[in-house]
Amino acid sequence: MTMQPSTEFHPRWYRTRVSTYWWMGSWRYLKFILRELSSVAVAWFVVMTLFQLRALLNGPDAYARFTHRLQSPWMIALNVIAFCFLLLHTITWFNLAPRAMPVRFGGKRVPEFLVAAPNYGLWVVASAGIAWFVLRTS
Amino acid sequence: MGRRKSRETQSSKRGDMADKIVLEIARYAPEKDEKPSFQSFEVPFRKEWVVLDALNHIKDRLDGSLTYRWSCRMGVCGSCGMMVNGEPKLTCATFLSSYGNGAKVRVEPLRYFPVIRDLVTALSDFLAKLQGVKPWLIRKDEPPLSAGEFLQTPEQLDLYKQFSMCINCTLCYAACPVVGLEPTFVGPAAIALAQRYNLDNRDQGAQERLGLLAHPEGIWGCTFVGECTRVCPKQVDPAGAIQQYKLKAALEWVKSFVLPRGHDDAGKEVRS
Amino acid sequence: MSKPSNEGFFWLLFSAGGVVAAVFIPIHLFLFGVAIPLGWISQPSYEHLLALVQSPLARVYLFVLCSLPLFHWAHRFRFTLYDGLQVKHLNEVIFAFCYGGALLGTLFSGYLLMSM
Repeated sequence: MTMQPSTEFHPRWYRTRVSTYWWMGSWRYLKFILRELSSVAVAWFVVMTLFQLRALLNGPDAYARFTHRLQSPWMIALNVIAFCFLLLHTITWFNLAPRAMPVRFGGKRVPEFLVAAPNYGLWVVASAGIAWFVLRTS
Repeated sequence: MGRRKSRETQSSKRGDMADKIVLEIARYAPEKDEKPSFQSFEVPFRKEWVVLDALNHIKDRLDGSLTYRWSCRMGVCGSCGMMVNGEPKLTCATFLSSYGNGAKVRVEPLRYFPVIRDLVTALSDFLAKLQGVKPWLIRKDEPPLSAGEFLQTPEQLDLYKQFSMCINCTLCYAACPVVGLEPTFVGPAAIALAQRYNLDNRDQGAQERLGLLAHPEGIWGCTFVGECTRVCPKQVDPAGAIQQYKLKAALEWVKSFVLPRGHDDAGKEVRS
Repeated sequence: MSKPSNEGFFWLLFSAGGVVAAVFIPIHLFLFGVAIPLGWISQPSYEHLLALVQSPLARVYLFVLCSLPLFHWAHRFRFTLYDGLQVKHLNEVIFAFCYGGALLGTLFSGYLLMSM
C-alpha cells in the first residue's frame, strides 16, 4: 500500500512551481548539489583508472603515452578539480555516515565526532598503505 | 550600557525618534488577488519582541485583515511557522533583534505548501501523509488488563525520545527541496514520527510501517540534504531518522531476498 | 505485506561504493593524477606497476575500486538528475544510463584485470 498522492486542489489556493534553478536559491542548497556532483569526480577517477589499466596491459610504450597525456595542463587542472571534489566527498561522507548508524554505549548515544574519527584514521592508514605499495622500489 | 539607557529615555521623550523595523509581509487575498504581493509595515523595534509580536501589533493596530496562525507563543504548538528572510522559522521564537534596528524583514508563508490566505498554508497534504504512516502504537496482541501497564526503562525511552519531540510545525517540509520537487514525498516529520513508533518497545507495527514507507515516495525519495534537521526547532533530527530507516529497510530487503518465503515478524515461516 | 522496494539494494551499493571511494580514491587520484604528473613524486617504473597489478590481491582490490564507486556514482547521479534538473519523466532512460554505465564499467574492469 503506497501513499495516496493526496495533493488536494482548491482553485483559490496559491501554489508556486519550484524553479529548475532551485538549487541556486541558497548557499546551502548549492553546497548540497556540489556534494552530489562529487560523484562525477568519482566516476571520472574510475574511467581514468580503466584507461591506466588498459595502457599497462598494452605494454611500456602505451603506458608511457598514457602518463604523457596525464601531464598536459588541461589534464592536471581537471584532476586537481576532481581531487578537490573527492576530498569533499570523503569529508562529507565521514561526517554524515554516523547519522545512519547511531552508536550507543552504556545506554547513551556516542557523540558523532567520536564515531567519525576512526573513519578518518582508517583513511590516513589506507592512504599511507597504498602510497607505500605504489612508490616502493623493491 | 549607560549610553543605551540615555538613548531610550531620549527617544521616549521625543516619541518620533523611536526605533523601528520594517516588515515586508506577503499578502494574498484569494477573492481579489491572482498572486501574492508584498506589503510593508513599520513596527516598533523592541528588544524583547519576536516576529509574532510584530505581527500581532500589525493586526491589532495597523491592518486587522492580516491573516496568520499562532497559538502558544512559546515554541511548543508548532502553529506559527513562516519564512522569515527566506528561512523557515517559528515566529514566536525569532527575535526582531536578530535583524537589527532599522532592518527590513521579509515574512512569507512556509515554502512548498499551497497558500490559503496571506501567511496561512494548507496543511491537509501533510496531515494525510502523517496519518498514512500510522503514528500510533500498533499492537498485534493485546495483553489482558490484569497483566498491568507496559513497562519501559529509561534506556528504552532514550531510543526513540528524540523523534517524539516533533511538534508538527512543518518547518522541515519548508526546508526540504524534495518536498518541493516531489509533492507525493512523505517528508521528514512523517518519517521521523514513523521511526519514533518503530523504535518504541511497546509497538509491534514496524513491519507494517516498512511496507508503507519503503518505496520511492517514502524514505527512498530522500537524498540527505540535511536541511530538515538544521531548521528543526526541537532538534528532532529527521534526517538522521530517515537514514537509519533506509539502513533498516535495505537490510530487510536483503533478508527478503535471502529468505524468499513469507515470514512473520518473529521470523517464523508462514506456510500458505 | 508487500515486499520492500528494490531501492534498498541500490542504496546498499551506493553506500558500499561511497565508502570505497571515500577511503581509497583520494590517494590514488592524488598520486597518479596530480603528484606524479607534476613531478612532485618520481614516476614508478612500468615493470613495478605491472607486477603490482598482476598480483591476485591487487586484482581483487582494483576490481572493487573500479566497480563499487561506479554504482555509487550511478545512484547519486540518478537522483541529481531527478532533483537537480527535474527530469523525472525520463526515469527509465536515466536508470538505464546510470546503472547500465556502471555495469559496463564493471565488466570492462573485470575483463582488463583478468587479462593482466
